[in-house]
Amino acid sequence: MAESKSLRVAYGEALAELGAVNDKVVVLDADLAHATMTSLFQAKHPDRFFNFGLAEANMMGAAAGMSHSGLIPFASTFALFGTGRAYEQIRNSIAYVSANVKFGLSHSGLSVGEDGGSHQSIEDIALMRVMPNMTIFVPCDSAETRKAVFAAVEIDGPVYIRVARPVVETFTGPDTPFVPGRANLLREGKDICIVATGLMVKEALTAAESIAGRGIQAAVLNVHTIKPFDSAAVLAAANRCGAVVSVEEHSVIGGLGSAVAEVLAGKSAAKFCRLGIQDRFGQSGKPADLFKAYGLTPAHIEEACLKLLGK
Amino acid sequence: MSDTTLDGLAVQLRRDILEMLYRCQSGHPGGSLSVLEILMALYYKTMKTDPSNPRWEDRDRLVLSKGHGCPALYAILANKGFYPREDLWNLRQLGSHLQGHPDMTKTPGVDANTGSLGQGASIAVGMALAAKHKKASYRVFAVLGDGELQEGQIWEASMSAAHYKLDNLTFILDHNGLQIDGTNDEVMGLGNVMDKFAAFGFQCFDVDGHDRDAIAAALAAPVSGKPKFVRCRTVKGRGVSFMEGNAGWHGKPMNAQEFEAAMKELGGQQNG
Repeated sequence: MAESKSLRVAYGEALAELGAVNDKVVVLDADLAHATMTSLFQAKHPDRFFNFGLAEANMMGAAAGMSHSGLIPFASTFALFGTGRAYEQIRNSIAYVSANVKFGLSHSGLSVGEDGGSHQSIEDIALMRVMPNMTIFVPCDSAETRKAVFAAVEIDGPVYIRVARPVVETFTGPDTPFVPGRANLLREGKDICIVATGLMVKEALTAAESIAGRGIQAAVLNVHTIKPFDSAAVLAAANRCGAVVSVEEHSVIGGLGSAVAEVLAGKSAAKFCRLGIQDRFGQSGKPADLFKAYGLTPAHIEEACLKLLGK
Repeated sequence: MSDTTLDGLAVQLRRDILEMLYRCQSGHPGGSLSVLEILMALYYKTMKTDPSNPRWEDRDRLVLSKGHGCPALYAILANKGFYPREDLWNLRQLGSHLQGHPDMTKTPGVDANTGSLGQGASIAVGMALAAKHKKASYRVFAVLGDGELQEGQIWEASMSAAHYKLDNLTFILDHNGLQIDGTNDEVMGLGNVMDKFAAFGFQCFDVDGHDRDAIAAALAAPVSGKPKFVRCRTVKGRGVSFMEGNAGWHGKPMNAQEFEAAMKELGGQQNG
């Protein structure tokens, strides 16, 4: 049985580990250290942890100022409050100058669960994706989260790491490649390609497994880097398979599905459909129930594939 | 530099500001003229900077949070030798390193990108916090506009400055009382700014914002364990009678007659 771990715990552990080898790394939080799990860094490196209280805009601006002074800040809060409330601080104080600030923002997507629609960010990828200079990682499990943190610090410029809350199976290994901007083909298949990101990657693999029983060979492409987007890998998969389904725990507007559409438009005749949150807000519920209600289960992915292939 | 020399320089810098703005037919004369003595007190009497090494690690930092006042900063940086004075005439032109609002990635000597109001205060907090963390001795100064105090981020930044006991940080208020839509009191009253910053944990000073020595003395006054706030009482459009105290000159270009009248009133050397 594979290990299971929350991505946010993996994020906090990776920060603590990174802090031990890089003394320029400082961590900022907005009164959510025990939810984003930056508390794990705080415990190991208390002199490099700075709480900014419930003031996300100031935290992002201060992170910019710290980066101008040679430090490498990781600023954390919930995805909604980071990318939403502090949007223009990220835009003007950070991205506009390509400040060397990282923000690992947790509680992204519907999988926040019971806290409901006010706390479920369904638009954060879209918001960050339109900013020049931005890099966006959306890890699929704890192992990939750790790699994203260590990759982020190697990039000179802003990096958004979208971190999910639930405990999920760690299905990638320490040796699974993580090259920023390079999508991972996790499963070969000639009939259709499922392009997935974040928690939806595991769901896509399960769907591909199941649909194989019907004689359909589905490829699964893990897009862990939304920006810069691996257009070549997506286009190659589309042309090879002739059909593409995108799956994301995010609005179908502006996120992975839009990025795929932008690549395919005018360049591929592949059939294409987007799975994700269909332009509506979230609500309270258990994550598994929410995934069912919003069409984000392996069964939904399988159904979408069959429909696209006319079967 | 002697005070007499600085008096002459102030005239010259005001001429430079007006010429920059006249040539590009855009930009913000009122707030550039009100903030000039504040920036002169910083650059000629207070801050450690090195024009030959703009990114010198131990330099004092200036965050012009009221970024629209940048023509005053640009004129001073040119005079200090960060770049040639001729560059000033390219303000706001395509390809110029002198952007409409300060850009640290383009202009030598500019320490932070500002202009979206409220954000500079937080950037300054981060710089001061980094100095404390690194045990560096540099100071950080943020110049705020009075309309800017209406931004909530200013108060978030102020709270954190006191929380982290940033006595290497000074917020300087260019308090000219006017903003785009009218007086502060008409648009959104600021109340007693001295009391407000004191309540947020700052050591507060109140000076004539066109008296360079008074500003410099307040900047030099020792504080320990708390950030400093210096309210500078200023006149918007200072030095040009028809602009003084007139909110209409916040961001209006001058026509030829107005430019000529303003330059005549300022006197001093012909620009070239």
